Amino acid sequence: MRRLLLAIPTLLVISFIIFAILDLAPNDPTGNLPMTVPPEVREKIRVSLGLDQPMHVRFGMWLIQFFVNEPLNILHEAFGISIGDATERTRILSWATRSPVIDLIIQRTPQTLWVVGLSYLFGILIAIPIGIVSAYKQYSWFDQVGTFISMVGFSVPTFFTGMVAIIIFSVQLKWFPMIYDTTLSVDSWQNFVTQVKQMIMPVSVLALYNASQLSRFMRASILDNLNLDYVRTARAKGRSERVVLLIHVLRNSLIPVVTLIALGIPTIFSGAIITEQIFRVNGLGQLLIIAIEGADIPLVQTLTFLFAILIVLFNLIADVVYGILDPRIRYD
Amino acid sequence: MLSQTSILKVENIVTRFRTQEGQVHAVNGISFDLKKGELLGVVGESGSGKSVTMMSLLKLLPMPPAEIVSGEANFDGHDLLKMDLEELRKIRGGKIGFIFQDPMTSLNPVLTIEYQLIEPMREHLGMNRSDARRRAIELLEMVGIPEAKNRINDFPHHFSGGMRQRVMIAIALACNPQILIADEPTTALDVTIQAQILEIIKRLRKELGMAIIWITHDLGVVAGMADRVAVMYGGNIVEEAPVFELYSNPKHPYTQGLLKTLPNMKGKRAERLESINGQPPSLHQKPVSCSFAPRCSKTMERCRQENPALLSRENNHKVACWWNPN
Ligand SMILES: Nc1ncnc2c1ncn2[C@@H]1O[C@H](COP(=O)(O)OP(=O)(O)OP(=O)(O)O)[C@@H](O)[C@H]1O
Ligand SMILES: [Mg+2]
Repeated sequence: MRRLLLAIPTLLVISFIIFAILDLAPNDPTGNLPMTVPPEVREKIRVSLGLDQPMHVRFGMWLIQFFVNEPLNILHEAFGISIGDATERTRILSWATRSPVIDLIIQRTPQTLWVVGLSYLFGILIAIPIGIVSAYKQYSWFDQVGTFISMVGFSVPTFFTGMVAIIIFSVQLKWFPMIYDTTLSVDSWQNFVTQVKQMIMPVSVLALYNASQLSRFMRASILDNLNLDYVRTARAKGRSERVVLLIHVLRNSLIPVVTLIALGIPTIFSGAIITEQIFRVNGLGQLLIIAIEGADIPLVQTLTFLFAILIVLFNLIADVVYGILDPRIRYD
Repeated sequence: MLSQTSILKVENIVTRFRTQEGQVHAVNGISFDLKKGELLGVVGESGSGKSVTMMSLLKLLPMPPAEIVSGEANFDGHDLLKMDLEELRKIRGGKIGFIFQDPMTSLNPVLTIEYQLIEPMREHLGMNRSDARRRAIELLEMVGIPEAKNRINDFPHHFSGGMRQRVMIAIALACNPQILIADEPTTALDVTIQAQILEIIKRLRKELGMAIIWITHDLGVVAGMADRVAVMYGGNIVEEAPVFELYSNPKHPYTQGLLKTLPNMKGKRAERLESINGQPPSLHQKPVSCSFAPRCSKTMERCRQENPALLSRENNHKVACWWNPN
């Protein structure tokens, strides 16, 4: 609980730092306009964006918009609970599209969650059994092959494996579409098949990457435990190898692994920037890239801060999970 | 109480490790005999192969690097070393209980005492959970854990070292084993706790009547408990005799040396403890000569050429030594 309270000032400080850095960067929202636009018009645009105000006023505005106005809007739209007048509230607007930043984010989230989230999930589901078997059968051919594949999967960047996958499966074999069609809505069996088809490549490329890292970690964690005294005790009781491995050893080895998994969840939202670019999945990662390229400060600010919240939040969750899994740790 | 029928007959066990630095010949042909209800003390300095010998019996060593090269261990009419894992599992924790050296690391830190204590009962006695729990509480009371009912759901880190070793004893005895192998169960504990554990074992031995193999460095501890004592050096048993015979009439120079390092009988310590000079033997080669010869005051030509076998002399005394003053 105390840690939860501590998280709030931490986040405030983070939000200010992000704001300050973005503010210090030499950015001009009118910079991309044609040269023919006269300076007076440029100035007007700047005033309309609120850029004539001093920094602390703008930061205050942003805080109110982010922490009060936007949550109230979401409450209103999602659950129909209205507090105050929705039309009165100012929202964080994107400089580039003039639409509310939150709406853009909400639009992009499903693609990212499906593609990156699924790949994370599959990565975990593959990595844990592989890690267990390679540790238990250390140096067997299974372990050797696993080591090799995960070395490759881990050290070759996803933009490379992604390109190779596209060339082989889209260009040569024509099994899967090259470009991810985000407008596709899954309303028929056929569309569902298309959706699955277009997800296969990005999901497997990312899943392979995640799994190679995690399976190594799982393997190491099992090996750390396998030679400990309590394992010998379990064997001396007549327990079967299956029980020794899947109850005694796994219960201990999973503690760091689960913590690592929890810590990695925020990267689902932010992480797959490169993969999204390659497969043309217009998710959050792509949104961030576009925002940065277009100097869309409010969008960058809000996205970055949302990632920061997720990171802080999942740090807390990882701590709690650790405490649940490891009885030696108790929080007061 | 002592009968003459043997319950475990070990014949010529050889165990070695294959390591990166070469082979380690940890156990080089050990034979002994354990009678029903007997307490056999096994003494020897660190690295003499005591643990490896006993763990070889139940294949509790990590294999690889360990390899049991040869030997027989007859228990209940079967050779333990020829059993497959399924058969051996019925013996482990069921008919032969094991207590290990370090109670701090021998329990699983994330499982409750209850879970770890009822495991052998569910495995071997086919007990359901509630019966096993009831018996678990009895066992904890038997090894002297106060408020066993409340403490059974605790985790190991709630227990002190002495308490954990009591739990380990309870686990080892859960299925009324015929043999209890205790591998230096008190070495890691401080002296008062050590005395309490010894008392518990002495009491339980009277109540339950199992045979015990008690491993220790401490000749003093064994003197008060054992029926018979085997002295190990460099992976061999060098002397074995009934306890009184061994202490009053040691025949191997190594045993004689060990006894001189003990505080003297009247409780007064010798002025300066006389320790045995020299290094423990290197185990990288298979012994072809007596491995104690380099440190021995009685070394003869023959000691450097042939490794003496363990041979019987009078009064149930067995010695592996070329030197024989009589
Ligand atoms: N896993 C292993 N790998 C390699 N060598 C080992 C291994 N376990 C034991 N040994 C070696 O086997 C020899 C005998 O060890 P063992 O543990 O039986 O000695 P011990 O008599 O029980 O000593 P202590 O009193 O210290 O417990 C030692 O030289 C040791 O280094
Ligand atoms: Mg030992």
